[in-house]
Amino acid sequence: MRVRKRTLALAAYFFLLVLPIYWMLNMSLRSNADILSTFSLYPVDITFNNYIKIFTDSGWYMGYVNAIIYVTINTVISLACALPAAYAFSRYRFLGDGQMFFWLLTNRMAPPAVFLLPYFQLYSTFNLIDTHIAVALAHCLFNVPLAVWILEGFMSGVPKEIDETAFIDGYSFPRFFITIFIPLIRAGVGVTAFFCFMFSWVELLFARTLTVTQAKPIVATMTRTISATGLDWGLLAANGILTIVPGALVIWFVRNHLAKGFALGRV
Amino acid sequence: MMEKWEDNRAWYLVLPVFVVVAFSAIIPLMTVVNYSIQDIFGPGNAVFVGTEWYEEMLTDKRLHDALWRQFIFSGLVLLIEIPLGILIALAMPKKGWGVSASLVTLAIPLLIPWNVIGTIWIIFTRPDIGLFGVWINSLDLLQVPFDHTARPLYAWITLMAMEVWHWTPLVALLCYAGLRAIPEAYYQAARIDGASAWAVFRYIQLPKMRGVLTIAVLLRWMDSFLIYAEPFALTGGGPGNTTTFLSIYLVKLATGQFDLGPAAAFSLIYFLIVLLFCFIFYQALLNVGRGEKIS
Repeated sequence: MRVRKRTLALAAYFFLLVLPIYWMLNMSLRSNADILSTFSLYPVDITFNNYIKIFTDSGWYMGYVNAIIYVTINTVISLACALPAAYAFSRYRFLGDGQMFFWLLTNRMAPPAVFLLPYFQLYSTFNLIDTHIAVALAHCLFNVPLAVWILEGFMSGVPKEIDETAFIDGYSFPRFFITIFIPLIRAGVGVTAFFCFMFSWVELLFARTLTVTQAKPIVATMTRTISATGLDWGLLAANGILTIVPGALVIWFVRNHLAKGFALGRV
Repeated sequence: MMEKWEDNRAWYLVLPVFVVVAFSAIIPLMTVVNYSIQDIFGPGNAVFVGTEWYEEMLTDKRLHDALWRQFIFSGLVLLIEIPLGILIALAMPKKGWGVSASLVTLAIPLLIPWNVIGTIWIIFTRPDIGLFGVWINSLDLLQVPFDHTARPLYAWITLMAMEVWHWTPLVALLCYAGLRAIPEAYYQAARIDGASAWAVFRYIQLPKMRGVLTIAVLLRWMDSFLIYAEPFALTGGGPGNTTTFLSIYLVKLATGQFDLGPAAAFSLIYFLIVLLFCFIFYQALLNVGRGEKIS
């Protein structure tokens, strides 16, 4: 009986968790006039006009393309830098390793608002404003430290004897690292890529400040409509729903490692 | 924890990370220091003002208010999210299809862009089109109709509901990972001793979750301290300044009014506060690691 009650409570919680998202889905399937005139728990006149508008207007759909481009660049850079560094932290003791780790941690915790002002200046100097690479690099501030921690956790789970045996067998370090070690922690690499994707995808402040038109992501395009008068709720809701889709897709691939990844990543 | 090799050449492996993060962190921070001690009238036209901006910011009433608001907000976040997260983790299924389903459902709010979170809650709570807004007003219990843009109390309630909705899943996921690491033998021993559910929780589950709970508490504290996009999208810091937290105030100062000097001084004060918490965080994590080794 106690178990049943517990399951019911959990079901109620999940219901509340999904309810606001359902409400946005409901709005996205109705026209703006319909939303403002009648209150309804489910869409009566289902219309896909909001979605059609997003997929046919380049001002909208390019927002998604831009976001996906810089998120991908960021994930690649973060992984490429973090893999060797995480190996160093998990296998070696070296001068200043503790301090270095702490310094990385401070960057994960640093308020993005603090870096807003200088970033604009810095990237203007390098003529990088409104490029995908600018946002990708800015997101490295928190994603690279994050990737190092998660990978370090996974790598520490691999016994050191494997490295020793490989070196005795005459493997060079790069060859050992790429052909033996990385395949061993591929679950960890997947989880790390997922978290880099996630944090780059959800971030707003840098993405909005460092882009004007050419690289403007969807989250920034949406803030523009929020401040505009005569808001189109249906269109806004459809945009919101579409921003959830990529996350929901990638989450499926890492579902079995999710809990471990969160615990290891100290995210 | 295994014995590590001692070799300073490991620095070559860390170098790429150092370069990338230094480019994103050290150079910008130097610029902020530069701004904070000068009065800038235009390109190439700046006057050294020493600690003037710091004195101005440290005595700024709006900054003090924002700081207090921030502490209250972060404190409330911990008080609500940590117990709720533990309860959810305890109630989650341990095997079968329910595990994957629960994990994926829990993770969804974490993957929604932060300002879309704000948008979802605007749409959900507006008194004219929102499910919650319309429902609560139809009950006719409140003296003043619910509208999160009109009254500070309603703005705070909406903000807290959004924050709890958004981040409790993270606490739950962390606790769940901690619970899964407890060997089945512990539970069997408890069953033989006839331990109550409360005793199992108090003497087995809670101590074993210490590590993940430390992480959860400190992460939620730090991240709620940096919160920007969600309240920005939901309330824009209003009504008045009643939901203006540190980051929102800083961005207003820096990009709204272009007060570069005070904004930079504020940035550094803010950064030092965060650095202090960060240091405590790091020490706590190290202690947790040591504690687990002994037990």
